[in-house]
Amino acid sequence: MKLFNISILGLLLLAACSNNQSAEKTLPIYGEREPVTKTVNGKTVTDTVYQTIPDFKFVNQYDSEITAKSLDNNIYVADFFFTSCPSICPVMHRNMLNVYQEFKNTPDVKILSHTIDPSHDSVAVLKKYADNLGISGNSWWFLQAPKETTYKLAESYLVTVAEDKNAAGGLVHAGYFILVDKQKRIRGTYDGTKPEDTQKLIADIKTLQAEYKNNKTT
Amino acid sequence: MKLRIIAVLLGCIGVMAYSCQSDEKIEYMRYYSAGQELYKTHCQNCHGGDGEGLAALIPPLTDAAYLKEHRSQLACYVKNGLKLPILVNGKAYNGQMPPATLAPVEIAQVLTYVQNSFGNKAGIHNIEQVNAELSKCE
Repeated sequence: MKLFNISILGLLLLAACSNNQSAEKTLPIYGEREPVTKTVNGKTVTDTVYQTIPDFKFVNQYDSEITAKSLDNNIYVADFFFTSCPSICPVMHRNMLNVYQEFKNTPDVKILSHTIDPSHDSVAVLKKYADNLGISGNSWWFLQAPKETTYKLAESYLVTVAEDKNAAGGLVHAGYFILVDKQKRIRGTYDGTKPEDTQKLIADIKTLQAEYKNNKTT
Repeated sequence: MKLRIIAVLLGCIGVMAYSCQSDEKIEYMRYYSAGQELYKTHCQNCHGGDGEGLAALIPPLTDAAYLKEHRSQLACYVKNGLKLPILVNGKAYNGQMPPATLAPVEIAQVLTYVQNSFGNKAGIHNIEQVNAELSKCE
């Protein structure tokens, strides 16, 4: 009888553990980090400073200026593409459409698609592309800036973008979706050409939302 | 024991049925399965696993009437790409399709696959037909 009681207790404890885990599941923080020691009220405190996405300035498909400030208090997903891309872009945006459908009515979740071919992808071309994809409102922005600006920013998303005459469409790029949190830290990278990775992205956005809901100070 | 005999008998019937398939049917199956692999590599990124296309950007491959009407031009579209605005399922698509680097026999295979998938049922599109059509590309 005693043994039975103990095993019940054990089971209960196990259950409690697994419940806690799912409630407090958090996503990893990617990129470089460094400890910063400072003195606060006479005490020495060590804090971790994480890599963040630097400030930027783009124009979206509505010809409005978009800066890092436009994304304050937003979780967002970033990718790099070009409208005349014959290889992986269509499948990336077929997958991204699922993310859009899931969060288009959630004001603090956004999608940023940066064109890496600004000489062809003018604001008008991007608007037409968005229209043809069935995108309206302000939850998915198609962003344009001088090539160097976009290529430089791609580096801070840990993504490679480059010109290559041998690649299809004359540009190479990795089809990654990058998840960025409200502090502009990278919280996940996903292969945008794979539907199952896109499902994981949608689940991770929900995890991140829960993180903010449970812990307002994060 | 009895079950085993029945199983062996059924197996024999299966083999007989298979070998009874007409040569045309086997030829069609060959084209179709080779075309399926080619489709995955060369077409699926844009046209989708179910030939569904992508919103108003990329036309679907589900318009049997369009495929029938343009059957003799399909080989040229695949080989040289397609630039003109086209009307599919009553919707206009203005983008352009890049040319595919496929041999004539591969074009025949992928056309057979597309024209017999996604609700289409147009039978084999063989290499002789494709060669004749390619000689008349505009």
